[in-house]
Amino acid sequence: MNAFRYAQAHDAASALATMASDPGAAYIAGGTNVVDLMKDDVVRPTLLVDITRLPMRGIDTLPDGGVRLGALATMSEVADHAAVAARFPAVAQSLLLSASPQLRNMATIGGNVMQRTRCAYFRDVSQACNKRVPGSGCAAISGVNRQHAVVGGSKQCICTHPSDLAVALLSADAIVHVRGRSGDRAIPIDRFHVLPGTTPQRETVLERGDLITAVELPATASARTSFYLKVRDRASYEFALVSVAASLDVRAGTVRAARLALGGVAPIPWRSHDGERALVGKPANAGTFAAAAQAATRGMRGYGQNDFKIALAQRAIVRALSQVGAPS
Amino acid sequence: MSVPRMTRRRFLRRAALPTIAASLGLGEPRLSAAAAAVASITVLPAQGPGAIPVALTVNGRVYELRIEPRVTLLDTLRERLALTGTKKGCDQGTCGACTVLVDGRRTNACLTLAVMVQGKAVTTIEGLADGNRLHPMQAAFIEHDGFQCGYCTPGQILSAVALLSEKRPTDEASVREWMSGNICRCGAYPNIVAAVRSVAGQNA
Repeated sequence: MNAFRYAQAHDAASALATMASDPGAAYIAGGTNVVDLMKDDVVRPTLLVDITRLPMRGIDTLPDGGVRLGALATMSEVADHAAVAARFPAVAQSLLLSASPQLRNMATIGGNVMQRTRCAYFRDVSQACNKRVPGSGCAAISGVNRQHAVVGGSKQCICTHPSDLAVALLSADAIVHVRGRSGDRAIPIDRFHVLPGTTPQRETVLERGDLITAVELPATASARTSFYLKVRDRASYEFALVSVAASLDVRAGTVRAARLALGGVAPIPWRSHDGERALVGKPANAGTFAAAAQAATRGMRGYGQNDFKIALAQRAIVRALSQVGAPS
Repeated sequence: MSVPRMTRRRFLRRAALPTIAASLGLGEPRLSAAAAAVASITVLPAQGPGAIPVALTVNGRVYELRIEPRVTLLDTLRERLALTGTKKGCDQGTCGACTVLVDGRRTNACLTLAVMVQGKAVTTIEGLADGNRLHPMQAAFIEHDGFQCGYCTPGQILSAVALLSEKRPTDEASVREWMSGNICRCGAYPNIVAAVRSVAGQNA
């Protein structure tokens, strides 16, 4: 690990100013991702700004049925929160299916949506990776790519985004609240992450130094009937090969509103508008769910070792939709 | 082949950084109240990258140390405090051998910077027994033969203590899920599960 300076922030304004003072500065909260990457020399911050003492840890239930998650709330705290489990089941499920109890005690909500890919080539500094070293190439496209993207990738990057939570947040229309040097702004989660294109080093719409202050879960028609399905190589403590977050508002047997999001298939948490369109206005039955699975995976393409993900995604979508949309 | 090259590069950067920091006057930790008020809207005082004062509370005892900000809690426990009961397995948060309690919550010490746990109470395996009387979880691991080589055992035991304080369900499947952050290469899982369940009052 490189040597670095350390500063502890007690208010957001000075944290932002400190970030601006050093182009090599980075925030640290739970540290589960950044410390790991620093040990591998994947990232080498010159200054760590510790934001764990900022007053952003609360979980507030909102009178309209929403919940506001402070950016520093840990994954454990959110997963254990009764209102989150009752109002946003997919969010709580996605957290409980993530990482380990230890890591969930450490990792924060803000950090979770910012976590970096688990692509082995990104994490090995002896390998070509356009995300780590722009212009160096992508070793995964012709390499060991079983874990990699089947949609949303580019000639520069076919990594997958590792967050379970971010997939569930897509099914909940979550809003990321951000404080920057020019003020506060609210970013819908489906506009937060950006596709790699020709700039895979850029992963979100955040500007350098921006601080996530909260993630808001608004009350929606379908959030209470949501489900997170995770398919992985072992029963626990593993990243997703494919995951599905589905939420449905079904009335009189007809789907009135739907959110369908996939994990493990794209460089970003992947919302399938095509899949959602195949659901809305249709009867909530097996035929509709199969059609949605087809629509959601149309255009997906594997790189050899990960071809299986397309069929796996289709089956996982049908299973998740059946779970959440079963006639009661 | 790339290892020696990286090591040399790292060495050069390590050697250069303190000099740069010193020439810029960085690393000054103290500010007057007036300066602190200004600093509250400007740049925070930073410490390091060389050794800085760090006070750690481990097993009820306060240790005043000088360590670099990059030193993990795991390395501090083992290399500076000689508390070698906390084990280094993967050193990347995937095995759980380094599990300790921080303010009662199970935590991977390998991914924790020591400087960040100041003011918090750290409990390691050495702090679990009451004098010569073993913690019930320690006794249960012996009773149920919950280990072979023993390397993962301190982490398993602290994780198990936390599982019960978190009031997780203690049926067999739940214990396996809530202990999944602790890997045992010997495969002592059946006996580990039995030990945890026995302390929970559910003899297997």
